[in-house]
Amino acid sequence: MAIQPSVKANLYKDSVSLMRISQIAIARSGVQRVTLLMGTRSNKEFLQQAGLMSPVLENAKPGDIMIVVQDDTSEKREAAEREIHSLIAGDEPKAGATESAMDAPPRSIAGGIAIAGHADLALISVPGPYAAAEALKALRRGLNVLLFSDNVTIEQEQAIKRVAAQKGLLVMGPDCGTAIINGVPLGFANVVRRGVIGLVGASGTGLQEVMCQIHRHGLGVSQAIGTGSHDVSSRVGGTTMLQGLALLAADEQTKVIAIVSKPPAPDVQQRVIEQASMIGKPVVLCFLGGEVVASTGNVHRASSLEETAKQAVSLAGAQQPGSDEKAVEELVSRVCRSLAPSQRYLRGLYSGGTFCSEAQIIWLEAGVRARSNAPLADADRLADPEDSYGHTAIDLGSDEFTVGRPHPMIDYGVRVDRLLKEANDPTVACVVLDVVLGYGSHANPAEILAPAIRQAKATAKAKGRELPVICFVCGTAEDPQSFETQKTMLAAAGAELVGSSTAAARSAQAIASRMAASQAVA
Amino acid sequence: MNAAPSALRDRKTSIISLGASGLDRGVESSGAPLTRLHWQPVGDGSPEVAWNLAQLIGDADDADCLGSRIDRANAQALERILAAQPTWVDVAAHASEIWPDMGRTLLHAGPPIDWKDMCGPMKGAVVGAVLYEKWAASPAEAEQLVAGGGIRFAPCHEFGAVGPMTGIISPSMPLFVVMNSAAGNRAYAPMMESGGARTLRFGAFAPEVIEGLKLIENVLAPCLKAAIAGIDGGLPLKPLISQSLHMGDDVHNRNTAATLLLYRAVTESLLKSPVPRDIVQETLRTIGADDMFFLSLSMAACKAIMDAAHGVPFSSIVTAMARNGVNVGIRVSGLEGQWYVGPADVPVGLFLPGFSEADANPDIGDSAITETAGLGAFAMAAAPAMVQFVGGTPQDALRYSREMAHIAIGRNPGFTLPMLDFIGAPVGIDIRKVVDEGRRPVINTATAHKEPGMGIIGAGVVQAPMKCFVDAVAALATIAVS
Repeated sequence: MAIQPSVKANLYKDSVSLMRISQIAIARSGVQRVTLLMGTRSNKEFLQQAGLMSPVLENAKPGDIMIVVQDDTSEKREAAEREIHSLIAGDEPKAGATESAMDAPPRSIAGGIAIAGHADLALISVPGPYAAAEALKALRRGLNVLLFSDNVTIEQEQAIKRVAAQKGLLVMGPDCGTAIINGVPLGFANVVRRGVIGLVGASGTGLQEVMCQIHRHGLGVSQAIGTGSHDVSSRVGGTTMLQGLALLAADEQTKVIAIVSKPPAPDVQQRVIEQASMIGKPVVLCFLGGEVVASTGNVHRASSLEETAKQAVSLAGAQQPGSDEKAVEELVSRVCRSLAPSQRYLRGLYSGGTFCSEAQIIWLEAGVRARSNAPLADADRLADPEDSYGHTAIDLGSDEFTVGRPHPMIDYGVRVDRLLKEANDPTVACVVLDVVLGYGSHANPAEILAPAIRQAKATAKAKGRELPVICFVCGTAEDPQSFETQKTMLAAAGAELVGSSTAAARSAQAIASRMAASQAVA
Repeated sequence: MNAAPSALRDRKTSIISLGASGLDRGVESSGAPLTRLHWQPVGDGSPEVAWNLAQLIGDADDADCLGSRIDRANAQALERILAAQPTWVDVAAHASEIWPDMGRTLLHAGPPIDWKDMCGPMKGAVVGAVLYEKWAASPAEAEQLVAGGGIRFAPCHEFGAVGPMTGIISPSMPLFVVMNSAAGNRAYAPMMESGGARTLRFGAFAPEVIEGLKLIENVLAPCLKAAIAGIDGGLPLKPLISQSLHMGDDVHNRNTAATLLLYRAVTESLLKSPVPRDIVQETLRTIGADDMFFLSLSMAACKAIMDAAHGVPFSSIVTAMARNGVNVGIRVSGLEGQWYVGPADVPVGLFLPGFSEADANPDIGDSAITETAGLGAFAMAAAPAMVQFVGGTPQDALRYSREMAHIAIGRNPGFTLPMLDFIGAPVGIDIRKVVDEGRRPVINTATAHKEPGMGIIGAGVVQAPMKCFVDAVAALATIAVS
């Protein structure tokens, strides 16, 4: 396939806009492939690896757009390139325009504040190498920060958190995907009612799952403070987590606090526990995958997302939600009866990193050891993330799947392909899928997933097998995607719906254990 | 425990959003105030520059941080700019009166440059100046003298002077003397030649060009010296410029009103003077025939204003922006003794019949001192006629002044813009803002032919290169560290 490279100089566009332009250009010109990337070093390396690099692109600067059009016919390549240029130019202000051009949108944080008159928080999702600088500018001007961007160096994270601490401002992130501050959902967030439970989370989807469950149990969230994934490391020292804890301790509306995180570095964990024990409010601590320690005083330990939500709800004075053990047992028995003896392995295809971890933890507790591209222990790393092996849990939101592509919560393409691939594997006992709703996520995931589930099941059926697909929906009835419709559509496609990430992982684990046991008996 | 009550105030949280679209949909739906930025990577797109720049931002809670020191220094620099009272006080009969040690030195426009690197027009002007000084008898001899290292070159700006286009000042040339009576500093500029297209400032050196220079030296200069001597206390230029802005000038590329106001003052004075009538007639004819005559005084006035703001430690204000036809250079108040340069662009605009962009020399001249002082393109709203050069509408004239306000630290209440409700023209280019906004200063300018001696071929606008500002930001960040 012939390659046609070019450069559009001095114009930055974010990766989402570039992908959108690529898609439209492909649709309109019928060209085979279009790649649009900013001229950063890492993007050039990516092109190199993909065999798309050419001398024209070598000189592109980080502020230039690299354009690669691939097709066998030069007419289509030309047409695509014209299309791309007009799309790129499309949302630029026209030269010589009149009144409307006079109030062009602000370009800098300072300009934004000037127009807003007053601002409290900067929501920053620019590319990582620029993100800390924007955060520092926002902090200096008195704004709290949510840093969605990743690839910020530890030194820069330390530097901005130092300034934030001096000024009594919050830096949520880097790599913070979710927060709700004063009822305002930021990034990937679900629509939950306001209430008395304050959350601090180092994990985006973990925070989303807990807030959704709290909402579905009838309670609400006062604040949900994200810390980003690096905060609980020894070098950052849990600055944001401790600050968040202090904020919620002082917040009158918050009656119960819950913390969801991967296990912090030992010194950080110690400090978090110490600070939590000094607060005059109940605190639920969920360090997923950490040592399970007994609850003491006001500090309550939880070992799963589901347990975190349940404890928080009951500590807030609501009735302890009932157990779904019976439903899980019924599901497991029914599924196992339908499986052939060869079907022994679990395949978790997750868009949420926390769900992928939680599943591996729950499975391992029952002796079901899984391989993963994001394993609990390095020995369990998959040789090739594209190929499942034995029990496998995949985090499809991890870097190797997201270069040049939207996150799997937005674009279900990679997950659909993987589901169909697993359907051909006769050793697969069941597939687990998370469906994350809320702002930022796909507008109608079931519309994509339901046909794919049908097709996967049909593929297996054609080979004389059943393919159980366990789904849970992380969302609320108030989310823009409509929780009930999503569940109905998935169920109609034959998916087994369970109420939480934890229940999904436990169901899958029970199926695996039972199939292994029947194997042993046979 | 360091609680941060500001993060959890019990009211609608106002959000600024920058980066990928879609992450602020929840904000939008919640009804919270949302301001989206049209974000672009700062400066030249390098992450290092972005991080450097972030270190230079002021902080109301931290008076000791570098950014706050810069803010205070800029406030002081701005105070000096606003306090300046540029006054035309004298005409020096010869530049050598002012700098007795200059010997065979030629001053030129823009940042430092060697003879071999000069553009065509500047080389032509150098040859012309050598002939005018009679240091050589022919153009060939002149070039030989210069190539042999017989002439020393230095930027006008380093001598407190400013020259239009090639900006050549030689020892025999008369100079306008403008004093900033608030601070006592002086600035100098050569007089405008009235030779039409064929002038030394555009690189012409034909015999009639040299004769024109002699006329200035022997007729115009003595006459104007007498004129200004007759005006008690000199001629205050700030009120004159202010009035010209209200009469449609930008006082850079349009000086029609300012020249008339000057003509009025000079005429009245000369009528009381003993200067012979034919000399007075010749002088008034020259001024009256050249709409741009005031530019020399405008530039000197701006130089006098901006030099007063130079040398404030830590200040990030640009005190000079000048072009030598190859590079644009800026000087920054807190970075004394340094030029930060980048390649000059070719102006965009209209060309005289028979010429095109292919004939144009890159941007040249010290006249961008007017933009540096908040006039020219910064005061474009006052001069809607100017936008015709770039095919714009009067609305565009307002837009230039509005946009330039984004990179300026203040406004000059002495230079007001009627079309923008008499708000002061933006003044004091802050290198931090230029880099942060990714917005380069706009300069109104004439366009020179790239061959020596071909003269003016058009006029339009040009922007100073980002590299000057990026390098200066890096230098300021380094000062801070050391």
